Amino acid sequence: MEKTEPDKEAEKTLINKKISRRFLLGGAATTAIVAMQSSLGKWIQVAAQQPVLKLDDPTKRIGPGPGAVGKRSAFEHPVRIKSDTSSRTPLQDLYSSLTPSDLHYERHHAGVPVIDPDKYELLIHGMVGKPMVFKLHDLKRFPSVTRTCFLECSGNFRSGKETMTPQEICGLTSQSEWTGVMLSTLFREVGVEPKATWFLAEGSDAAVMTRSIPVKKGFDDAMIVYAQNGEAIRPEQGYPARLLLPGWEGNTCIKWIRRIELSDESFMTREETSKYTYPVKDRIRQFSFEMDARSIITYPAYPNQLERGWVEIRGIAWSGRGKVIRVEVSTDAGKTWNTTRLQEPVLDKAHTYFRHLWQWTGDETEIMSRAIDETNYTQPTLRQLLDARGTEMSGYHMNPITAWQIKRDGKVLFKPESWK
Amino acid sequence: MPKPFNIGNKYTAIITGSLLILVLGAYSYNAGAGKPAPAFNADTAQWPASFGFGREATPQQIAALDIDVRPDGLGLPTGSGTVIQGKAIYLTKCIACHGSAEKVAPGVKLPAPVLVSDSASKTKAIGNYWPYASTVFDYIRRSMPYNLPGSLTDNEVYSVTAYLLNANKIIKADEVLNAQTLPKIAMPAQKLFITDDRKGGPEVR
Repeated sequence: MEKTEPDKEAEKTLINKKISRRFLLGGAATTAIVAMQSSLGKWIQVAAQQPVLKLDDPTKRIGPGPGAVGKRSAFEHPVRIKSDTSSRTPLQDLYSSLTPSDLHYERHHAGVPVIDPDKYELLIHGMVGKPMVFKLHDLKRFPSVTRTCFLECSGNFRSGKETMTPQEICGLTSQSEWTGVMLSTLFREVGVEPKATWFLAEGSDAAVMTRSIPVKKGFDDAMIVYAQNGEAIRPEQGYPARLLLPGWEGNTCIKWIRRIELSDESFMTREETSKYTYPVKDRIRQFSFEMDARSIITYPAYPNQLERGWVEIRGIAWSGRGKVIRVEVSTDAGKTWNTTRLQEPVLDKAHTYFRHLWQWTGDETEIMSRAIDETNYTQPTLRQLLDARGTEMSGYHMNPITAWQIKRDGKVLFKPESWK
Repeated sequence: MPKPFNIGNKYTAIITGSLLILVLGAYSYNAGAGKPAPAFNADTAQWPASFGFGREATPQQIAALDIDVRPDGLGLPTGSGTVIQGKAIYLTKCIACHGSAEKVAPGVKLPAPVLVSDSASKTKAIGNYWPYASTVFDYIRRSMPYNLPGSLTDNEVYSVTAYLLNANKIIKADEVLNAQTLPKIAMPAQKLFITDDRKGGPEVR
């Protein structure tokens, strides 16, 4: 199924392009009367098509006026690749670290629920002084906070063939500017008992998704967010409100959150036992929350065609444990590493854009990047992960260095690595 | 519809809200001067003991939503179920997606790799991977069957749980599941689970 989806998307893009083109020309190729010499040598008047180029000149046509809602240029078609359960951000189509809201990756377990914001309620109960219910209106009255951070699905890793884009390899990460109320503010309001060590976060979708979260994270930097990139949060991101745990695996950031229950034990829900756990040597690792540092070059990448000369290598790097302090790029298959320029401001637990100038002389090589975060963790190779975790490590919390092969003819191909 | 009036009210709310944010923001900025304060913690010194937003939850409101079940059995409802009843429910309500050992539906998941552990493969199934029986009950009750989530009665959930645990050779065919017996079930995989042992820092784990 997953295989055919991108094709469908590509087809859609093609159709869009055709429509857009027609729309742009919009009858521009009007007929005009021109003089022409007939075969009998007489000058006659015939109807002829005006050259398209002339009427395509935007300085010669009044464009459409202002609209109630803006839209992308008819020439731009960034799209998510979707499967039955997720859609992936086109990382290679983005020019900075912020993801447009409609391109933010999605992952849900029973579809996107329709929730009336006027009826929405968040219940906080359990080991608290006063169990309370907050309407959306109440949440918005509290002192608010805005922060930019990434989200990433902890199953964000694909490999297998050379013709894979950054979107296909790790498109289950995106970044937004989130606005909401600190969970600590709500905890203060209900009076969390000192003995409470965990809280259950529960969604109001058809999966009634639940995760157990340490209370410490709740007091540290957890938020209940109701806005994304300046507007109300998108339905597929949890409208009207979701839990946001900066730097932690996306699955813990419960969308459409309806209930928080404080407890002295974890709840061992399906998402934290049979899913989002992974074999490490002879054990199964559970409650892996933080996303380790990772990066990927998004240009040049498959399917770009490289030209000789100066190339600005670009990409994103991030860490769930804090700031990215350095990103290094190798243009000689990992033999030597160069420090890249980071786009400021470099934010905590955020996608950070990096750039590195390189002169490609036409030789075959491999380019790759690695992120180093403020805990001095360096993004590992697949081999290092394998050595640490064993061959059964599965796909969760995988952050290996991604390499792109540069062929002599300028083709850029993903370098898949297998371990089984 | 009186929408235009609402827009006016909304703007008033936005302006009031923005002022509140500005005021609070200014306080937290002053507090942060000197040493770098945590970027996302507000200075609560100026805050009232309670903002008074929201309202106290009634026991009825809590009971209506409080459906979770912990491994120690906390949250399990009254009622019970058996393996035989569970099989009958499974064959009518679960087989379409999960298939069965007797009948392999084309294009659907087989019970062997998904629900029932298969010694020949290392697929994660209830019997060889799920650490707690409470999770099976909780998950079925909150989100199954996929096309009609939350439609099973508590007795039906106990029964389907019993059927699946029996199919995984965790409980005997004549065992009755209820709030007392379910928490006592020891799942084989429980001993394999460890809490995240990554420590941060440079080590790759």
